[in-house]
Amino acid sequence: MTSAVFRIGTGAGFSADRLDPAIDLVERGKLDVLVLECLGERTVAFSHRDRMADPERGYNAHLRRRMQALLPVCAAAGTTMITNMGAANPRAAAARTLEIARALGLKGLKIACIEGDDVSAVVPANQPFMDEVGTLADVGMPVVGMNAYLGADAIVPALVAEAGVIIGGRLADPSMFLAPLAHRFGWDAADMPRMGAGSLIGHLLECGMQITGGYFADPGVKDVPDLANCGYPIAEVQSDGSAVITKLDGTGGCVTTSTVKEQLLYEVHDPARYLTPDVTADFSRVQIAEVGKNRVKVSHASGTARPQTLKVTVGFDGGFQGEAGVSYAGPAAQERGRLAAQIVRDRLSRVHGIKSDLRIDLIGVNSLFATAGISAADAQDLRLHVALRSPAKEDAELMLWEVESLLCCGPAGGGGFRGSIVPCVMTKSVLIERERVKPTLSVFVA
Amino acid sequence: MTAPPRNARRIVRDIAHARAGDKGNTSNVNVWAYDAADFELLKRVLTAERIKRTFPDLIRGKVERYVIEHLHGLNFVLHDALEGGVNSSLNLDSHGKSWSYLILGLALDDDKA
Repeated sequence: MTSAVFRIGTGAGFSADRLDPAIDLVERGKLDVLVLECLGERTVAFSHRDRMADPERGYNAHLRRRMQALLPVCAAAGTTMITNMGAANPRAAAARTLEIARALGLKGLKIACIEGDDVSAVVPANQPFMDEVGTLADVGMPVVGMNAYLGADAIVPALVAEAGVIIGGRLADPSMFLAPLAHRFGWDAADMPRMGAGSLIGHLLECGMQITGGYFADPGVKDVPDLANCGYPIAEVQSDGSAVITKLDGTGGCVTTSTVKEQLLYEVHDPARYLTPDVTADFSRVQIAEVGKNRVKVSHASGTARPQTLKVTVGFDGGFQGEAGVSYAGPAAQERGRLAAQIVRDRLSRVHGIKSDLRIDLIGVNSLFATAGISAADAQDLRLHVALRSPAKEDAELMLWEVESLLCCGPAGGGGFRGSIVPCVMTKSVLIERERVKPTLSVFVA
Repeated sequence: MTAPPRNARRIVRDIAHARAGDKGNTSNVNVWAYDAADFELLKRVLTAERIKRTFPDLIRGKVERYVIEHLHGLNFVLHDALEGGVNSSLNLDSHGKSWSYLILGLALDDDKA
Protein backbone atom coordinates (compact mmCIF):
# COMPACT_ATOMS: atom_id res chain seq x y z
CA MET A 1 0.00 0.00 0.00
CA THR A 2 3.00 2.27 0.33
CA SER A 3 3.39 4.20 -2.89
CA ALA A 4 6.82 4.84 -4.37
CA VAL A 5 6.13 8.56 -4.36
CA PHE A 6 5.77 10.43 -1.07
CA ARG A 7 3.35 13.36 -1.20
CA ILE A 8 4.02 16.19 1.21
CA GLY A 9 2.32 19.57 1.22
CA THR A 10 2.33 22.87 3.06
CA GLY A 11 -0.77 24.09 4.89
CA ALA A 12 0.78 27.25 6.33
CA GLY A 13 4.05 29.03 5.58
CA PHE A 14 3.86 31.57 8.38
CA SER A 15 1.88 32.27 11.53
CA ALA A 16 -0.97 34.15 9.83
CA ASP A 17 -1.16 32.12 6.61
CA ARG A 18 -4.50 31.20 5.00
CA LEU A 19 -6.62 28.28 6.15
CA ASP A 20 -9.15 27.61 3.36
CA PRO A 21 -6.54 26.54 0.76
CA ALA A 22 -5.06 24.17 3.37
CA ILE A 23 -8.42 22.42 3.78
CA ASP A 24 -8.71 22.09 0.01
CA LEU A 25 -5.18 20.72 -0.17
CA VAL A 26 -5.88 17.97 2.34
CA GLU A 27 -9.26 17.10 0.87
CA ARG A 28 -8.00 16.68 -2.68
CA GLY A 29 -4.22 16.33 -2.39
CA LYS A 30 -3.89 12.69 -1.26
CA LEU A 31 -1.08 13.79 1.03
CA ASP A 32 1.03 11.56 3.21
CA VAL A 33 2.05 14.56 5.30
CA LEU A 34 0.83 18.14 5.75
CA VAL A 35 3.25 20.62 7.32
CA LEU A 36 2.15 23.86 8.94
CA GLU A 37 5.17 26.11 9.42
CA CYS A 38 4.04 28.94 11.68
CA LEU A 39 7.08 30.22 13.50
CA GLY A 40 9.44 33.06 12.68
CA GLU A 41 12.28 34.12 14.93
CA ARG A 42 10.31 36.90 16.48
CA THR A 43 7.07 34.92 16.59
CA VAL A 44 8.61 32.73 19.28
CA ALA A 45 9.54 35.74 21.37
CA PHE A 46 6.04 37.21 21.03
CA SER A 47 4.62 33.84 22.04
CA HIS A 48 6.76 33.85 25.17
CA ARG A 49 5.24 37.21 26.06
CA ASP A 50 1.78 35.70 25.60
CA ARG A 51 2.70 32.77 27.81
CA MET A 52 4.00 35.06 30.54
CA ALA A 53 0.64 36.82 30.53
CA ASP A 54 -1.27 33.51 30.59
CA PRO A 55 0.46 30.13 31.22
CA GLU A 56 -2.21 28.39 29.13
CA ARG A 57 -1.32 30.43 26.04
CA GLY A 58 1.89 31.01 24.08
CA TYR A 59 0.97 28.87 21.07
CA ASN A 60 -0.19 29.96 17.61
CA ALA A 61 -3.19 32.28 17.77
CA HIS A 62 -4.99 30.40 14.98
CA LEU A 63 -4.41 26.92 16.40
CA ARG A 64 -8.01 26.29 17.41
CA ARG A 65 -9.50 27.23 14.03
CA ARG A 66 -6.81 25.36 12.14
CA MET A 67 -7.19 22.18 14.18
CA GLN A 68 -10.98 22.22 14.08
CA ALA A 69 -10.91 22.47 10.31
CA LEU A 70 -7.93 20.26 9.51
CA LEU A 71 -8.08 17.39 12.03
CA PRO A 72 -11.19 15.80 10.49
CA VAL A 73 -9.99 16.10 6.89
CA CYS A 74 -6.51 14.84 7.79
CA ALA A 75 -8.05 11.86 9.60
CA ALA A 76 -10.30 11.10 6.62
CA ALA A 77 -7.41 11.31 4.17
CA GLY A 78 -4.90 9.47 6.34
CA THR A 79 -2.63 12.51 6.34
CA THR A 80 -0.18 13.11 9.17
CA MET A 81 0.12 16.72 10.34
CA ILE A 82 3.45 18.16 11.48
CA THR A 83 3.53 21.69 12.88
CA ASN A 84 5.50 24.08 15.05
CA MET A 85 2.30 25.87 16.12
CA GLY A 86 3.25 24.99 19.71
CA ALA A 87 5.54 28.03 19.61
CA ALA A 88 6.45 28.88 23.23
CA ASN A 89 4.03 26.33 24.71
CA PRO A 90 3.83 23.01 22.80
CA ARG A 91 2.38 21.26 25.86
CA ALA A 92 -0.63 23.60 25.99
CA ALA A 93 -1.01 23.40 22.19
CA ALA A 94 -1.10 19.59 22.38
CA ALA A 95 -3.61 19.68 25.25
CA ARG A 96 -5.86 22.02 23.31
CA THR A 97 -5.56 19.84 20.19
CA LEU A 98 -6.46 16.77 22.24
CA GLU A 99 -9.62 18.49 23.47
CA ILE A 100 -10.57 19.45 19.93
CA ALA A 101 -9.92 15.91 18.63
CA ARG A 102 -12.11 14.44 21.35
CA ALA A 103 -14.87 16.96 20.72
CA LEU A 104 -14.74 16.01 17.04
CA GLY A 105 -15.01 12.31 17.93
CA LEU A 106 -11.60 11.43 16.48
CA LYS A 107 -11.16 8.56 18.90
CA GLY A 108 -7.73 6.96 18.90
CA LEU A 109 -5.95 9.87 17.17
CA LYS A 110 -2.40 10.07 18.50
CA ILE A 111 -1.09 13.55 19.24
CA ALA A 112 2.64 13.89 19.77
CA CYS A 113 4.19 16.77 21.65
CA ILE A 114 7.88 17.54 21.13
CA GLU A 115 9.54 19.65 23.80
CA GLY A 116 13.08 20.38 24.87
CA ASP A 117 13.69 23.32 22.56
CA ASP A 118 13.38 25.70 25.52
CA VAL A 119 17.00 25.94 26.63
CA SER A 120 16.73 28.90 28.98
CA ALA A 121 17.97 26.70 31.84
CA VAL A 122 21.22 25.75 30.08
CA VAL A 123 22.34 28.93 28.30
CA PRO A 124 24.52 31.11 30.53
CA ALA A 125 23.80 34.83 30.83
CA ASN A 126 27.17 35.73 29.31
CA GLN A 127 26.80 33.53 26.20
CA PRO A 128 28.42 35.31 23.22
CA PHE A 129 26.29 36.23 20.20
CA MET A 130 26.41 34.02 17.12
CA ASP A 131 27.24 36.68 14.56
CA GLU A 132 28.15 39.90 16.34
CA VAL A 133 30.34 41.21 19.12
CA GLY A 134 29.04 40.98 22.68
CA THR A 135 27.09 38.64 24.94
CA LEU A 136 23.49 38.23 26.06
CA ALA A 137 24.31 40.14 29.24
CA ASP A 138 25.06 43.27 27.17
CA VAL A 139 21.48 43.62 25.92
CA GLY A 140 20.11 45.02 29.16
CA MET A 141 16.52 43.96 28.53
CA PRO A 142 14.53 41.22 30.28
CA VAL A 143 14.84 37.79 28.58
CA VAL A 144 11.46 36.31 27.64
CA GLY A 145 12.63 32.96 26.24
CA MET A 146 15.39 30.93 24.58
CA ASN A 147 14.65 28.29 21.98
CA ALA A 148 17.04 25.97 20.17
CA TYR A 149 16.24 24.92 16.61
CA LEU A 150 15.38 21.21 16.73
CA GLY A 151 16.14 19.04 13.72
CA ALA A 152 14.66 15.98 12.05
CA ASP A 153 16.12 13.70 14.72
CA ALA A 154 13.72 15.24 17.25
CA ILE A 155 10.72 14.61 14.99
CA VAL A 156 11.38 11.08 13.70
CA PRO A 157 10.53 9.39 17.06
CA ALA A 158 7.02 10.87 16.83
CA LEU A 159 6.65 9.35 13.36
CA VAL A 160 7.90 6.01 14.69
CA ALA A 161 5.20 6.28 17.37
CA GLU A 162 2.67 6.63 14.52
CA ALA A 163 1.32 9.95 15.72
CA GLY A 164 -1.33 11.52 13.49
CA VAL A 165 -0.54 15.01 14.71
CA ILE A 166 2.95 16.14 15.69
CA ILE A 167 3.24 19.44 17.52
CA GLY A 168 6.44 21.15 18.54
CA GLY A 169 7.83 24.56 19.30
CA ARG A 170 11.02 25.69 17.61
CA LEU A 171 11.18 22.84 15.09
CA ALA A 172 13.43 24.03 12.27
CA ASP A 173 11.40 24.80 9.16
CA PRO A 174 13.06 22.40 6.68
CA SER A 175 13.39 19.67 9.33
CA MET A 176 9.60 19.29 9.51
CA PHE A 177 9.71 18.18 5.87
CA LEU A 178 12.97 16.23 6.00
CA ALA A 179 11.90 14.10 9.00
CA PRO A 180 8.96 12.31 7.31
CA LEU A 181 10.97 11.84 4.10
CA ALA A 182 13.88 10.28 6.00
CA HIS A 183 11.44 8.13 7.97
CA ARG A 184 9.53 6.89 4.92
CA PHE A 185 12.55 6.24 2.71
CA GLY A 186 14.83 4.97 5.45
CA TRP A 187 17.47 7.63 4.83
CA ASP A 188 20.36 7.47 7.28
CA ALA A 189 20.92 10.72 9.17
CA ALA A 190 24.59 10.40 8.19
CA ASP A 191 23.71 10.28 4.48
CA MET A 192 24.45 13.94 3.90
CA PRO A 193 23.48 14.10 0.20
CA ARG A 194 20.01 12.75 1.14
CA MET A 195 19.77 15.11 4.11
CA GLY A 196 20.60 17.94 1.72
CA ALA A 197 18.02 16.76 -0.83
CA GLY A 198 15.26 16.52 1.78
CA SER A 199 16.23 19.89 3.21
CA LEU A 200 15.94 21.45 -0.25
CA ILE A 201 12.36 20.19 -0.49
CA GLY A 202 11.67 21.58 2.96
CA HIS A 203 13.30 24.88 2.12
CA LEU A 204 11.26 25.21 -1.08
CA LEU A 205 7.96 24.35 0.63
CA GLU A 206 8.36 25.97 4.03
CA CYS A 207 7.04 29.37 2.92
CA GLY A 208 3.87 27.92 1.44
CA MET A 209 2.62 29.87 -1.55
CA GLN A 210 5.93 31.65 -2.07
CA ILE A 211 6.67 28.81 -4.51
CA THR A 212 3.21 28.60 -6.14
CA GLY A 213 2.96 32.20 -7.28
CA GLY A 214 2.51 34.00 -3.98
CA TYR A 215 4.90 36.89 -3.37
CA PHE A 216 5.79 36.69 -7.06
CA ALA A 217 3.27 38.70 -9.08
CA ASP A 218 4.54 41.84 -10.79
CA PRO A 219 1.89 42.87 -13.31
CA GLY A 220 3.18 43.17 -16.84
CA VAL A 221 6.33 41.12 -16.29
CA LYS A 222 5.33 38.37 -13.86
CA ASP A 223 1.58 37.86 -14.18
CA VAL A 224 0.10 35.17 -11.94
CA PRO A 225 -3.31 33.66 -12.75
CA ASP A 226 -6.05 33.87 -10.11
CA LEU A 227 -3.69 34.89 -7.31
CA ALA A 228 -6.61 35.44 -4.92
CA ASN A 229 -7.28 31.70 -5.11
CA CYS A 230 -3.64 30.63 -4.89
CA GLY A 231 -3.03 27.00 -3.97
CA TYR A 232 -0.50 25.68 -1.46
CA PRO A 233 2.39 23.57 -2.77
CA ILE A 234 2.78 19.81 -2.98
CA ALA A 235 6.07 17.94 -3.43
CA GLU A 236 5.95 14.50 -5.01
CA VAL A 237 9.16 13.07 -3.64
CA GLN A 238 11.13 10.07 -4.94
CA SER A 239 13.33 7.89 -2.76
CA ASP A 240 16.47 9.44 -4.31
CA GLY A 241 15.43 12.84 -2.94
CA SER A 242 14.37 14.39 -6.23
CA ALA A 243 10.87 15.82 -6.36
CA VAL A 244 8.24 17.45 -8.52
CA ILE A 245 6.84 20.65 -7.04
CA THR A 246 3.22 21.17 -8.01
CA LYS A 247 -0.20 22.28 -6.74
CA LEU A 248 -3.80 21.20 -7.02
CA ASP A 249 -5.67 21.57 -10.29
CA GLY A 250 -8.30 24.27 -10.05
CA THR A 251 -6.33 26.50 -7.69
CA GLY A 252 -4.81 29.84 -8.61
CA GLY A 253 -1.15 30.67 -8.80
CA CYS A 254 1.56 28.98 -10.84
CA VAL A 255 4.58 26.74 -10.38
CA THR A 256 7.31 27.64 -12.84
CA THR A 257 11.09 27.49 -12.93
CA SER A 258 11.00 31.18 -12.00
CA THR A 259 8.85 30.75 -8.87
CA VAL A 260 11.12 27.89 -7.79
CA LYS A 261 14.30 29.89 -8.38
CA GLU A 262 13.14 32.85 -6.29
CA GLN A 263 12.40 30.52 -3.40
CA LEU A 264 15.60 28.48 -3.88
CA LEU A 265 17.75 31.29 -2.49
CA TYR A 266 15.18 32.98 -0.27
CA GLU A 267 17.00 33.83 2.97
CA VAL A 268 20.04 31.90 1.74
CA HIS A 269 23.52 33.43 1.76
CA ASP A 270 26.16 31.03 0.36
CA PRO A 271 24.15 28.63 -1.84
CA ALA A 272 26.70 25.87 -1.15
CA ARG A 273 26.48 26.20 2.63
CA TYR A 274 22.96 26.51 4.01
CA LEU A 275 23.04 25.51 7.67
CA THR A 276 20.21 23.56 9.28
CA PRO A 277 20.25 21.37 12.39
CA ASP A 278 20.45 18.34 10.05
CA VAL A 279 23.00 19.21 7.39
CA THR A 280 25.16 21.83 5.73
CA ALA A 281 23.00 21.85 2.62
CA ASP A 282 24.44 22.52 -0.83
CA PHE A 283 21.92 24.11 -3.22
CA SER A 284 24.57 25.40 -5.63
CA ARG A 285 24.15 22.62 -8.22
CA VAL A 286 20.39 22.16 -8.01
CA GLN A 287 18.71 21.35 -11.32
CA ILE A 288 15.30 22.91 -11.98
CA ALA A 289 13.24 21.71 -14.94
CA GLU A 290 9.65 22.21 -16.03
CA VAL A 291 8.15 18.77 -16.65
CA GLY A 292 4.53 19.81 -17.18
CA LYS A 293 2.10 22.64 -16.56
CA ASN A 294 2.59 23.72 -12.94
CA ARG A 295 5.04 20.84 -12.49
CA VAL A 296 8.72 21.60 -11.83
CA LYS A 297 11.29 18.93 -11.06
CA VAL A 298 14.08 19.71 -8.60
CA SER A 299 17.11 17.48 -8.12
CA HIS A 300 20.86 17.43 -7.39
CA ALA A 301 20.80 19.09 -3.98
CA SER A 302 23.50 17.75 -1.73
CA GLY A 303 25.10 18.35 1.62
CA THR A 304 28.00 17.91 3.99
CA ALA A 305 28.27 17.33 7.73
CA ARG A 306 25.72 18.98 9.99
CA PRO A 307 26.90 21.80 12.29
CA GLN A 308 28.12 20.71 15.72
CA THR A 309 26.18 23.53 17.33
CA LEU A 310 22.51 24.45 17.29
CA LYS A 311 21.24 27.97 16.79
CA VAL A 312 19.28 29.42 19.70
CA THR A 313 16.94 32.39 19.39
CA VAL A 314 16.91 34.49 22.53
CA GLY A 315 13.94 36.80 22.89
CA PHE A 316 13.89 39.97 24.98
CA ASP A 317 11.10 42.24 26.08
CA GLY A 318 11.67 45.20 23.76
CA GLY A 319 9.19 47.64 25.25
CA PHE A 320 6.69 49.37 22.99
CA GLN A 321 6.48 50.77 19.50
CA GLY A 322 4.11 53.60 18.68
CA GLU A 323 3.14 54.56 15.15
CA ALA A 324 1.05 57.54 14.15
CA GLY A 325 0.23 59.43 10.97
CA VAL A 326 -1.48 62.41 9.39
CA SER A 327 -1.95 62.91 5.63
CA TYR A 328 -1.39 65.91 3.37
CA ALA A 329 -2.41 66.29 -0.28
CA GLY A 330 -2.39 68.86 -3.06
CA PRO A 331 -0.11 71.82 -3.80
CA ALA A 332 2.95 72.01 -1.53
CA ALA A 333 1.91 68.85 0.30
CA GLN A 334 5.59 67.96 0.73
CA GLU A 335 6.46 71.32 2.27
CA ARG A 336 3.55 71.01 4.71
CA GLY A 337 4.49 67.43 5.54
CA ARG A 338 8.11 68.37 6.20
CA LEU A 339 7.01 71.25 8.44
CA ALA A 340 4.82 68.84 10.40
CA ALA A 341 7.79 66.49 10.80
CA GLN A 342 9.95 69.33 12.18
CA ILE A 343 7.25 70.27 14.67
CA VAL A 344 6.84 66.71 15.98
CA ARG A 345 10.58 66.18 16.28
CA ASP A 346 11.08 69.50 18.06
CA ARG A 347 8.22 69.11 20.55
CA LEU A 348 8.98 65.51 21.48
CA SER A 349 12.50 66.53 22.37
CA ARG A 350 12.01 70.02 23.81
CA VAL A 351 8.61 69.82 25.51
CA HIS A 352 8.57 66.16 26.53
CA GLY A 353 12.29 65.39 26.82
CA ILE A 354 11.85 62.12 24.93
CA LYS A 355 15.14 60.65 23.79
CA SER A 356 13.75 57.38 22.37
CA ASP A 357 14.47 56.06 18.86
CA LEU A 358 12.35 58.16 16.53
CA ARG A 359 11.82 57.99 12.80
CA ILE A 360 9.66 60.23 10.65
CA ASP A 361 8.84 59.38 7.03
CA LEU A 362 6.72 60.99 4.35
CA ILE A 363 4.92 58.01 2.84
CA GLY A 364 4.52 58.64 -0.87
CA VAL A 365 7.71 60.68 -1.08
CA ASN A 366 10.24 58.43 0.59
CA SER A 367 9.73 55.91 3.35
CA LEU A 368 10.82 52.34 2.56
CA PHE A 369 13.60 53.67 0.32
CA ALA A 370 14.47 56.76 2.39
CA THR A 371 17.84 55.40 3.50
CA ALA A 372 18.52 54.22 -0.03
CA GLY A 373 18.24 57.84 -1.14
CA ILE A 374 15.31 57.36 -3.53
CA SER A 375 12.35 59.74 -3.48
CA ALA A 376 9.34 60.75 -5.57
CA ALA A 377 9.94 64.44 -6.15
CA ASP A 378 6.48 65.23 -7.55
CA ALA A 379 4.35 63.44 -4.93
CA GLN A 380 1.29 65.46 -3.87
CA ASP A 381 -0.59 62.88 -1.80
CA LEU A 382 1.44 61.78 1.15
CA ARG A 383 1.37 60.68 4.74
CA LEU A 384 3.48 61.80 7.64
CA HIS A 385 4.41 58.62 9.48
CA VAL A 386 6.02 58.81 12.89
CA ALA A 387 7.46 55.72 14.59
CA LEU A 388 8.96 55.58 18.07
CA ARG A 389 10.25 52.71 20.19
CA SER A 390 10.74 52.96 23.94
CA PRO A 391 10.81 50.77 27.04
CA ALA A 392 8.24 53.25 28.44
CA LYS A 393 4.74 53.01 27.05
CA GLU A 394 4.17 56.63 28.10
CA ASP A 395 6.70 57.84 25.51
CA ALA A 396 4.66 56.18 22.77
CA GLU A 397 1.44 57.63 24.18
CA LEU A 398 2.90 61.14 24.20
CA MET A 399 4.07 60.73 20.62
CA LEU A 400 0.56 59.75 19.50
CA TRP A 401 -0.84 62.78 21.30
CA GLU A 402 1.66 65.12 19.63
CA VAL A 403 0.89 63.78 16.15
CA GLU A 404 -2.85 64.05 16.74
CA SER A 405 -2.41 67.64 17.93
CA LEU A 406 -1.22 68.55 14.41
CA LEU A 407 -4.88 68.45 13.38
CA CYS A 408 -5.45 71.86 14.95
CA CYS A 409 -1.93 73.11 15.68
CA GLY A 410 0.04 71.96 12.64
CA PRO A 411 0.30 72.93 8.95
CA ALA A 412 -2.81 73.56 6.83
CA GLY A 413 -4.89 70.77 5.41
CA GLY A 414 -3.68 67.84 7.49
CA GLY A 415 -6.21 65.07 8.07
CA GLY A 416 -6.75 61.41 8.77
CA PHE A 417 -4.96 60.87 12.08
CA ARG A 418 -4.50 57.26 13.17
CA GLY A 419 -2.24 55.94 15.89
CA SER A 420 -1.43 52.61 17.54
CA ILE A 421 0.91 51.17 20.14
CA VAL A 422 2.11 47.56 20.08
CA PRO A 423 4.47 45.58 22.32
CA CYS A 424 7.94 44.88 20.90
CA VAL A 425 10.35 42.04 21.18
CA MET A 426 14.02 41.96 20.39
CA THR A 427 15.87 38.80 19.41
CA LYS A 428 19.49 37.72 19.38
CA SER A 429 21.08 34.48 18.22
CA VAL A 430 23.60 32.32 20.08
CA LEU A 431 25.00 28.84 19.45
CA ILE A 432 25.15 25.94 21.88
CA GLU A 433 26.63 22.47 21.61
CA ARG A 434 23.93 20.10 20.38
CA GLU A 435 24.61 17.63 23.21
CA ARG A 436 23.14 20.14 25.65
CA VAL A 437 19.75 20.12 23.91
CA LYS A 438 17.55 17.18 24.90
CA PRO A 439 14.34 16.88 22.88
CA THR A 440 11.52 14.95 24.55
CA LEU A 441 8.42 13.23 23.18
CA SER A 442 5.01 12.78 24.80
CA VAL A 443 2.11 11.05 23.04
CA PHE A 444 -1.54 11.60 23.94
CA VAL A 445 -4.41 9.50 22.59
CA ALA A 446 -7.80 11.05 21.90
CA MET B 1 2.99 44.26 -22.82
CA THR B 2 3.06 47.73 -24.27
CA ALA B 3 6.33 48.88 -25.78
CA PRO B 4 8.34 51.19 -23.54
CA PRO B 5 8.39 54.83 -24.64
CA ARG B 6 11.32 55.82 -26.82
CA ASN B 7 14.42 56.75 -24.87
CA ALA B 8 12.96 55.19 -21.72
CA ARG B 9 15.71 54.14 -19.38
CA ARG B 10 16.01 50.35 -19.37
CA ILE B 11 16.22 48.87 -15.89
CA VAL B 12 17.11 45.51 -14.40
CA ARG B 13 13.40 44.69 -14.02
CA ASP B 14 13.17 44.57 -17.83
CA ILE B 15 15.40 41.47 -17.97
CA ALA B 16 15.35 39.92 -14.50
CA HIS B 17 13.24 39.09 -11.46
CA ALA B 18 14.24 39.07 -7.80
CA ARG B 19 13.25 38.28 -4.22
CA ALA B 20 14.69 39.64 -0.96
CA GLY B 21 15.03 37.92 2.38
CA ASP B 22 16.49 38.79 5.77
CA LYS B 23 18.48 37.17 8.54
CA GLY B 24 19.31 39.46 11.44
CA ASN B 25 20.83 42.64 10.05
CA THR B 26 21.81 40.96 6.77
CA SER B 27 19.67 41.12 3.65
CA ASN B 28 19.97 38.89 0.64
CA VAL B 29 18.53 39.57 -2.78
CA ASN B 30 18.48 36.85 -5.43
CA VAL B 31 18.23 38.04 -9.04
CA TRP B 32 17.46 35.84 -12.06
CA ALA B 33 17.69 36.61 -15.77
CA TYR B 34 14.46 35.66 -17.58
CA ASP B 35 16.47 34.86 -20.70
CA ALA B 36 19.83 33.11 -20.63
CA ALA B 37 20.99 35.49 -23.35
CA ASP B 38 20.74 38.41 -20.90
CA PHE B 39 22.76 36.79 -18.12
CA GLU B 40 26.12 38.15 -19.29
CA LEU B 41 24.66 41.67 -19.29
CA LEU B 42 23.16 41.11 -15.85
CA LYS B 43 26.50 39.93 -14.46
CA ARG B 44 28.31 42.88 -16.02
CA VAL B 45 25.82 45.45 -14.78
CA LEU B 46 25.13 44.09 -11.32
CA THR B 47 28.47 43.97 -9.59
CA ALA B 48 28.86 43.85 -5.84
CA GLU B 49 30.88 47.07 -6.05
CA ARG B 50 28.12 48.94 -7.89
CA ILE B 51 25.46 47.92 -5.38
CA LYS B 52 27.64 48.87 -2.44
CA ARG B 53 28.48 52.20 -4.08
CA THR B 54 24.89 53.03 -5.04
CA PHE B 55 23.40 52.71 -1.55
CA PRO B 56 26.11 53.92 0.83
CA ASP B 57 23.76 54.99 3.62
CA LEU B 58 21.73 51.80 3.50
CA ILE B 59 24.44 49.18 3.04
CA ARG B 60 26.92 49.77 5.85
CA GLY B 61 28.78 46.47 5.51
CA LYS B 62 30.26 44.49 2.65
CA VAL B 63 28.36 43.17 -0.35
CA GLU B 64 29.02 39.61 -1.49
CA ARG B 65 27.86 38.20 -4.82
CA TYR B 66 27.34 34.52 -5.52
CA VAL B 67 26.90 33.45 -9.16
CA ILE B 68 24.66 30.50 -9.99
CA GLU B 69 25.85 30.13 -13.53
CA HIS B 70 23.68 27.23 -14.71
CA LEU B 71 20.44 28.84 -13.46
CA HIS B 72 21.40 32.35 -14.64
CA GLY B 73 21.12 33.78 -11.16
CA LEU B 74 22.99 36.09 -8.81
CA ASN B 75 22.65 36.15 -5.05
CA PHE B 76 23.67 39.33 -3.25
CA VAL B 77 24.36 39.26 0.45
CA LEU B 78 24.14 42.78 1.86
CA HIS B 79 25.75 42.97 5.27
CA ASP B 80 24.60 45.52 7.84
CA ALA B 81 21.93 46.65 5.39
CA LEU B 82 18.69 46.54 7.40
CA GLU B 83 19.01 49.68 9.52
CA GLY B 84 19.94 47.52 12.48
CA GLY B 85 17.64 44.66 11.55
CA VAL B 86 14.05 43.90 12.32
CA ASN B 87 14.75 44.41 16.03
CA SER B 88 15.80 48.02 15.86
CA SER B 89 14.76 49.38 12.46
CA LEU B 90 11.88 51.82 12.49
CA ASN B 91 11.53 51.52 8.73
CA LEU B 92 7.97 50.50 7.84
CA ASP B 93 9.59 47.62 5.95
CA SER B 94 11.83 46.49 8.78
CA HIS B 95 12.60 43.20 7.02
CA GLY B 96 13.80 44.95 3.86
CA LYS B 97 11.36 42.92 1.77
CA SER B 98 11.31 45.75 -0.77
CA TRP B 99 15.08 45.74 -1.29
CA SER B 100 14.51 43.44 -4.30
CA TYR B 101 13.03 46.46 -6.05
CA LEU B 102 16.07 48.58 -5.19
CA ILE B 103 18.08 46.19 -7.35
CA LEU B 104 15.38 45.83 -10.03
CA GLY B 105 15.17 49.63 -10.32
CA LEU B 106 18.85 50.05 -11.25
CA ALA B 107 19.56 51.17 -14.79
CA LEU B 108 21.05 48.72 -17.27
CA ASP B 109 23.14 51.34 -19.01
CA ASP B 110 24.99 53.26 -16.31
CA ASP B 111 27.00 50.50 -14.71
CA LYS B 112 30.01 52.77 -14.87
CA ALA B 113 28.22 55.56 -13.01
